[in-house]
Amino acid sequence: MNLFLQQLINGLNVGSIYALIAIGYTMVYGIIKLINFAHGEIMMFGAYFAFIAATSFHLPVWAVLLSSMVIMAIIGVAIEFIAYRPLRNAPRLSALITAIGVSLFLQNLALIIFKPDPKVMPKIFPETIYKIGEIEISSTTLITIGLSLFFMVLLDLFIRKTKQGRAMRAVSEDKDAAILMGINVNRTISLTFAVGSALGALGGVLYSVAYIQVYPTMGVMPGLKAFIAAVLGGIGIIPGAMLGGFIIGMVETMTKAYLSTTWADAIVFAILIVVLLFKPTGILGKNTREKV
Amino acid sequence: MLKVKDLNVHYGKIHAIKGISFEVNEGEIVTLIGANGAGKTTILQTISGLLKPSEGMVSFEGENLNKVPAHQIPVMGIAHVPEGRRIFAEMTVYENLQMGAYIRNDKDQIQEDMEKIFLNFPRLKERIKQIAGTLSGGEQQMLAMGRALMTRPKLILLDEPSMGLAPLLVDEIFNMIQTVNDAGTTVLLVEQNANKALHIANRAYVLETGYIKLSGNARDLLVNPEVQQAYLGG
Repeated sequence: MNLFLQQLINGLNVGSIYALIAIGYTMVYGIIKLINFAHGEIMMFGAYFAFIAATSFHLPVWAVLLSSMVIMAIIGVAIEFIAYRPLRNAPRLSALITAIGVSLFLQNLALIIFKPDPKVMPKIFPETIYKIGEIEISSTTLITIGLSLFFMVLLDLFIRKTKQGRAMRAVSEDKDAAILMGINVNRTISLTFAVGSALGALGGVLYSVAYIQVYPTMGVMPGLKAFIAAVLGGIGIIPGAMLGGFIIGMVETMTKAYLSTTWADAIVFAILIVVLLFKPTGILGKNTREKV
Repeated sequence: MLKVKDLNVHYGKIHAIKGISFEVNEGEIVTLIGANGAGKTTILQTISGLLKPSEGMVSFEGENLNKVPAHQIPVMGIAHVPEGRRIFAEMTVYENLQMGAYIRNDKDQIQEDMEKIFLNFPRLKERIKQIAGTLSGGEQQMLAMGRALMTRPKLILLDEPSMGLAPLLVDEIFNMIQTVNDAGTTVLLVEQNANKALHIANRAYVLETGYIKLSGNARDLLVNPEVQQAYLGG
């Protein structure tokens, strides 16, 4: 029982990180129907910038997080502008291939700039271990889950209650109709990349803190898993990405704890296959059709 | 108010609009009638900037619209109710109306305008929190019109507002168009229901595969044998 509770907390920890990253996939897909495979590299660069901010500039933790998120928001907007916008009306496959290209480009760029050897991510959060019975929870875990939930609630409020959030939903639903409302579609898409990339960067920082490492290919696996999480929850649906992230985190952790560590990734990928076979629209996905 | 001059529009290689000129004066209801594929929707989409003309000009209150980005056109006072309503199906009725007011910042007056729309379309008020995709076709049309009116347009473009609606609802929609016009909004109406459209309009243009075949007072066109033969079922 204690092991189970301990794993439950670990699952929440990893799951909240996947959820943050999955949001970026799902928001971008929702608005331009593109799987942004460079998103894993966004989280990787986010982690590197946090590493630099913490080790070279010794910034306080809030500034570490904020600077990484802001820089990645700008880079995310730039990627869309340079790589994806010229292909807005091209076949979707072209944009997808471009996304893979951007992903490889960023990975190799990181290899050149930061060198391949992993760096040790410092403990940027104050470290205390809380003991409840035999269960141990570190303050880093609590902060990770807390920060993730905080930003998810913030995002949800932004999307549902603000004018820009509504504009985002309008553009994802029907670009032409959105234009007729006077919405600047390009600006709204940029904003979506900014928000998604900032959350991805935060996910990257939290991930690197949890695994104490930063390296150029660190975005690949969590990126793929977050993508699976987004598909599992229903690609394009933000609460779906959050839900999917927690489920994937939980499945991975429980597999590692009770089955085998080597099987964990295989089982997560099997989930993708099962979802695509039986419910391609994901858990929260539904086929709404407009009446004519 | 609205002037369209020598307009040519291409869809890829298809020459959809072949040199069309017409105008809409302030306060009028003008209708474009014609069969499917005559280019009616293309014209409206070009006016609201969704399509760019290959030649010719659209001007509104003396300003050349060709140079205005599409999302600025509602700001100039042109609202477009597109074919097939195109409401935001996953948003509530209230949110759809809020989207209509996207270009405005006058909170109190937005609320006031919304009340006005509910007065005209009481059914929307009953369903204010409902997801728009679950509305009936007629209700969706009312919502699409309400949403367009929320931009406070000087000119409203209506594309096939009666499409797919039961006759009673068609009457209701046409009454609404008259009410909107009486309140001072100029109307450019595209319709396949030529009979209804000609009864409500001041002037009309008859379109055939990309050019204007006939034009004149709606009343005269109603009794024009050619129009009767082709569009009013003899």
